[in-house]
Amino acid sequence: MLYGYAGKILTINLNTGKASADHIPEDLARDYLGGRGFVARLLYDRLDPGTDPLGPENIIVVATGPLSGHLLPGSGKTHFGALSPATGGYGDSNLGGHFGPTLKYAGYDCMIIEGKADQLSTIIIDNETVKIVPDQGLKGKGAIEAEQELKERLGEDYQLLTIGPAGENKVAFACISHDFGRQAGRTGVAAVLGSKNIKAVAVRGTKKIPVFDAKRAQEKGEEMYKVCFGKPGFKTWTPFGTASITDWANEVGAFPTRNFQTSYAEFHEKINGQAIVDRLLVTDKGCFGCPTPCGKYGHTTTALGSAYVEGPEYESIATLGGSCCLEEIEEVAYANYVCDQLGIDTISAGVVVSFAMECFEKGVISAEEVGREISFGSLEDTVYLLEKIAAREGIGDVLAEGVKQAAAIFGDGSESYAIHVKGLEWSGYECRNAPGMMLSYMTADVGAHHNRSWALGYDVSQSDADVSELIEAGTGGKLEISTPDGKVDHVISMQHSRPLFDALGICRLQSMEIGFETFHYEEVFELITGRRLSWQEMLAISERIWQLTRQFNVKHIEGFGRDWDYPPRRFMEEPVPSGPNEGRYISKEILDKMLDEYYEKRGWDKNGIPKPQTLARFGLD
Amino acid sequence: MKLTVKEERCSGCNVCRVVCALHNAGAVQPSQALLKIKGEFPDPGTYKIAYCNQCGICADSCPEDAILERDGEYNIDYELCTQCLICIDSCPFDVMVVTESEYPAKCTGCGKCVELCPRQAVLADQG
Ligand code: SF4
Ligand code: SF4
Ligand code: SF4
Repeated sequence: MLYGYAGKILTINLNTGKASADHIPEDLARDYLGGRGFVARLLYDRLDPGTDPLGPENIIVVATGPLSGHLLPGSGKTHFGALSPATGGYGDSNLGGHFGPTLKYAGYDCMIIEGKADQLSTIIIDNETVKIVPDQGLKGKGAIEAEQELKERLGEDYQLLTIGPAGENKVAFACISHDFGRQAGRTGVAAVLGSKNIKAVAVRGTKKIPVFDAKRAQEKGEEMYKVCFGKPGFKTWTPFGTASITDWANEVGAFPTRNFQTSYAEFHEKINGQAIVDRLLVTDKGCFGCPTPCGKYGHTTTALGSAYVEGPEYESIATLGGSCCLEEIEEVAYANYVCDQLGIDTISAGVVVSFAMECFEKGVISAEEVGREISFGSLEDTVYLLEKIAAREGIGDVLAEGVKQAAAIFGDGSESYAIHVKGLEWSGYECRNAPGMMLSYMTADVGAHHNRSWALGYDVSQSDADVSELIEAGTGGKLEISTPDGKVDHVISMQHSRPLFDALGICRLQSMEIGFETFHYEEVFELITGRRLSWQEMLAISERIWQLTRQFNVKHIEGFGRDWDYPPRRFMEEPVPSGPNEGRYISKEILDKMLDEYYEKRGWDKNGIPKPQTLARFGLD
Repeated sequence: MKLTVKEERCSGCNVCRVVCALHNAGAVQPSQALLKIKGEFPDPGTYKIAYCNQCGICADSCPEDAILERDGEYNIDYELCTQCLICIDSCPFDVMVVTESEYPAKCTGCGKCVELCPRQAVLADQG
């Protein structure tokens, strides 16, 4: 018996309309834990080279971890993966909320969706019963709107995943939406759902998850909450959530501004965590099991309209606020709301829109092509572009493929400021004085995402301080040049530790933001699963997953290698024009040295391809 | 312990429900929890907490007088309970559940939800 797990994988075949439940293979749980590990292994095994990300042969894997749904802090995370339409390689993204725990209560750790429904449909899972229901009534509806409608129809007990028009139209950065404001935003998993004609997935679960030692697991879980309650960051970080970091990111010159032209925004205090609390906040909104709810649910009013919206969280502040230069928090929140309804990832959306704004500013695209004049700082232009993208109308059809593809079409030097790696738009940290963070983005398996390694704190402080401590310490107004020394090791270690949370099915923020100690997870893991693994041993599993996703990219992306690991030229050639990091950039020579060291330490060849003996070492040959 | 709530503090985490079910039903199974959280989204964006305030209406409905009051708390005497489940529907807050062995269950006043709610949204009623 697999304690801690629900025990089953649910496979839903949309071609036949049939669902089947199979036992989780014990070696899969042993070698890959769950969540991201399940996603990576199942995608690797099931997808052949040459698969079209938007064809019926692509699959979507939804996976919880062994700790999801249990009594412990942050146990609400769910992982999603598919061959990514944004990168053509490994794609995954996760969300919090309540979906994953409920899927487990329905009896499934993992769900695989394959094939294609012949018309737009909703999957409804009620414990053992699985139905695929055609539902044209939801066509074109906003992701939040569709969730609201389905909640009313099905009842409060159901947890929902929905996509918006952008997902239906297969926008490369469409997101899966859940719980009125939580998204699996990255890598375009919702476009894959849309390509399969699935508008929504609903789940209700009333069963129990077996626990190895329920009594002691309960005691340990209770203790873990109480330890969290006692952390200083519990009180200081929670009120502002991820937006806490906005001022600090500016102070250290890492705040993407004007399509990453510069790394400091004068107006940052108008869009920071305090602005959210003062001007938007209705309630703190957390995920399942969360002691430190980072969701700031609020209400915004702008010239374009008013709306309820969760967030904006830091990433949306950075890309919609900083990169598109929306200077008031109400505007950032409204753009966030528009993205949420359309079902597009706010990170990519902000980067794509600001890219278009810069292209227009530089005369690369004309008012005629765009359909109007556009400029940084305009909410109206931002919303105009977002709607065009979701509908794939005019210029929106080009932008819907993301900045990499758009730059290839626009040309005229726009590649150097198309801010992405591997085709995935860069998230909210500018890195021209942050070599560790730069390398993190360059080598992340999914493309330019901070979820895998966040080395910025280390770049700035040369310490392992958690985020609350970094913010508390500040820089004292002094910002040294951050050197590459020691960064490669740090990045590698973070690329194992952060994604490990995704494999366990839990939130990393209690650990990363308020300093909750990892040994607690070892203890509770043993009481829940009956399996003794040290954190180090779990990190070794995370390392195996890292090797596997690299190999996945080798398998699926033609000609994959070193060239896929560079940032845009802007970061290697253009000195930052203003702010604390004025004059700085990191040359290609320095990055090449870092890549050489990184590949060497990873056991990859000079081109970044895992060597056969490396794969053998992780049982991947 | 008699409960009271401050709904404006609730973040919807459901920790109260997980610990309630674990403590009272011995399982990780929030559908067995003896209180409920309902999110009202997108508008007005708040949470409602349905909980037992020890009103005793279940006791009044019980044909066997199997729900007994002691110091303001009502508890089911499972020796007397005949599993008719009439009490379940009588609860005005819909916070009684049927256990796997088909007995009714109601809030026992154990206070676990109060102890673990990260937001102090469920509290002991001092008045
Ligand atoms: S910290 Fe945020 S993301 Fe993590 S569990 Fe809490 S609400 Fe969810
Ligand atoms: S007091 Fe105990 S039984 Fe009652 S709702 Fe809270 S945890 Fe459940
Ligand atoms: S534990 Fe507290 S904050 Fe969480 S859902 Fe229950 S009442 Fe709300």
